Amino acid sequence: MKKIYFVSALLIIASMVLAACGGSAAPAAGGIKVGQVTDLGGIDDKSFNATAYAGIEQAVAELGVEGKYLESTQQADYNKNIQQFLDEDTDLIVTVGFLLGVDTAVAAKANPGTNFAIVDYAYPDCFGTDFVEGQTCGSATELSNVLGLVFAIDQAGFLAGYAAAASTETGKVATFGGINIPPVAAFMIGYEAGVNYYNAQKGTSVEVLGWDTAANAGSFTGNFDSLDDGRSFAESFVQEGADIVMPVAGPVGLGSAAYCQETGSCKIIGVDTDWTVSSPEYTDIILTSVLKNMNVAVYDAIKAQVDGTFAGGVYVGTIANGGVGLADVAGASAELKAELEAIREALGNGSLTVQ
Amino acid sequence: MKKTDTPSQPPETRTARENQRDSIWQALLVPVLAVVTGLLLGGVVILASGANPLEAYGALFTGSFGKPANLIAGLGILFSTGENAALIKAIYPFTESLVIATPYIFAGLSVAIGFRCGLFNIGAEGQFFIGALCSAFVGYSLKGLPMIVHLPLAIMGGALGGALWGMIPGYLKARFGAHEVVNTIMMNWIAFRLSDWLLSGPMKASGFRPVTPNVLATAELPRFFSAPLRFNLGFFIALLAAYLVYWFLFKTTLGFEIRAVGANPDAAKYAGMNIIRNFVLVMALAGALAGLAGTAQVLGVDHWVGQGFSAGYGFDAIAIALLGKSHPAGVVMAALLFGFLRGGATNMQSMAGIPIDIISIIQGLVIVFIAAPGIIRWIYRIRAIKTETTVLTRGWGS
Repeated sequence: MKKIYFVSALLIIASMVLAACGGSAAPAAGGIKVGQVTDLGGIDDKSFNATAYAGIEQAVAELGVEGKYLESTQQADYNKNIQQFLDEDTDLIVTVGFLLGVDTAVAAKANPGTNFAIVDYAYPDCFGTDFVEGQTCGSATELSNVLGLVFAIDQAGFLAGYAAAASTETGKVATFGGINIPPVAAFMIGYEAGVNYYNAQKGTSVEVLGWDTAANAGSFTGNFDSLDDGRSFAESFVQEGADIVMPVAGPVGLGSAAYCQETGSCKIIGVDTDWTVSSPEYTDIILTSVLKNMNVAVYDAIKAQVDGTFAGGVYVGTIANGGVGLADVAGASAELKAELEAIREALGNGSLTVQ
Repeated sequence: MKKTDTPSQPPETRTARENQRDSIWQALLVPVLAVVTGLLLGGVVILASGANPLEAYGALFTGSFGKPANLIAGLGILFSTGENAALIKAIYPFTESLVIATPYIFAGLSVAIGFRCGLFNIGAEGQFFIGALCSAFVGYSLKGLPMIVHLPLAIMGGALGGALWGMIPGYLKARFGAHEVVNTIMMNWIAFRLSDWLLSGPMKASGFRPVTPNVLATAELPRFFSAPLRFNLGFFIALLAAYLVYWFLFKTTLGFEIRAVGANPDAAKYAGMNIIRNFVLVMALAGALAGLAGTAQVLGVDHWVGQGFSAGYGFDAIAIALLGKSHPAGVVMAALLFGFLRGGATNMQSMAGIPIDIISIIQGLVIVFIAAPGIIRWIYRIRAIKTETTVLTRGWGS
């Protein structure tokens, strides 16, 4: 009998672990096969891999396509996972993240009959003279079977900066990033511009810590995984007098959120998805979230594939087309809401630009 | 110190020989049963998650070895038309599993050689990164060399970098008694954050991706087939390394000393052996082997180093060394097993919709059974035999 207890205990533990790891893709009939190759964060990273896959799940439900994902646990997996989908005659392969930029281009060139969509990247990506196509960069020319999905996230960051400047009590707001690369810096550029715009409008002098667009420099953790770094960055910003922090470093920001919740000394601006939904335990200290609606872009790409209108090139998600946005601002006054709405409109019709 | 046989050879009586034979048999039996039990329990987990275990393991098998039918068809096409594309596609899964096994062999040897000296090297992951970065640096920065010079230099760079990273905790242990478990873990973090910094600054390629430049073609480990096959010379170098580690541990005086220090450092000390030198030497060798794991990965597979360079090879290596009973031959077999499990996981994930994490669960179950062989003996009612046991690592006080 003891043995039975032992084995069943093991099984219960194992099945709980498995349940926590997330489920599998739902197969569906429909003929069109879509596969997503994730970056290292995995499918349930509550950030861009998860958001992109939400677009595929929506397409599975509404368009009847067959949707799958393959998780990458190391960079050598990018090529292997793309290869797996190619072997299965997948119609549209969605690759997530700029690190897959080269492998995606190489596979797209070798398989002109398969369509690709890549999040946060676009071709051509070879600039200057010192490059080797397929090694240091993906492609020197536009690829007709690859759609790059990029986002004018600085517009949404602008709104966040404005909201932060309007909400701060100490007159200082902060931000930091994972690594200083364009998809990350764009959040911070918009943020700073939004604060400056608020200052110009209201005659205030709210300060931005952690980023300086003119110098193209700021605070970076150097990684996208250390929650401890998120904690210590938030702590030092609070000591410098900031009371709002926007961490642009994936899960690192959760460390900042934990610090703010424990000390009650700061508020967090979430990025990529609405953090009050993805991390509801921190709702009380989340001011707002900068939304990068990758799910919408991925869904649109799949719809184009189904309709037979898929074309390579670049999709740019903007305020105007709903590709980027700002979640509700917690505790916002009616006045602030109206001002944000006005800015949203002005950014949308081009009468206001971030720079 | 002329004696080079096992440290405590039992007297050659008939029962002793029988015991020895039985213990070798059991040394093989327990790991095999542990793997089988791990797979069986994994199957139940798959069932609990609502999938079909047979289908899942079928996909795991074809994902790691390929489909036999495709292989035959591929051979047929090759002989009738001379086209090898179909055959290449058919052997892709098998070669890919060997590619994954390659760093596992090196890293497993690294941990195993530490165990033999009673040292627990948890730092293989950090040594892996340092080895990879050093090899990459030699691989992309030295230009204009012929392959016959450049490739060995790049390989040596990785081994030296890893050796240095391993030697530091070895020296701290020998000189100051600082426990190697703590220090190798600390060295891991230093390696991770050092590589973060190197990749975002000093070693960053042009463009905005935080990765090193590609190594030059003269520093790449030659591949045996055309793309997308990545099977390369690294695998055979790993096998050679396993043989050399075997020869070193069991056929040389120094290897005997290392095993003697591992079995009983006090006795070794009073027998006139230099404990300090042995600790430093073993940790340097362990570091070099883990560094070579990174070298094989960067020169053979990726050709560049980025933040997601390792899938935890250095940590899985601890499991491999345990599974392989810290014997080079056992390590090679355990590494192949892990390679096939990891290699087939992609196909299993795609075809049967099983999360890739199930492989980690199976690996974890196998390790539990290896670490506690009593469970396996108890389940399968195997009689335990009193034999000398390999000391894996010493406690805090020693």
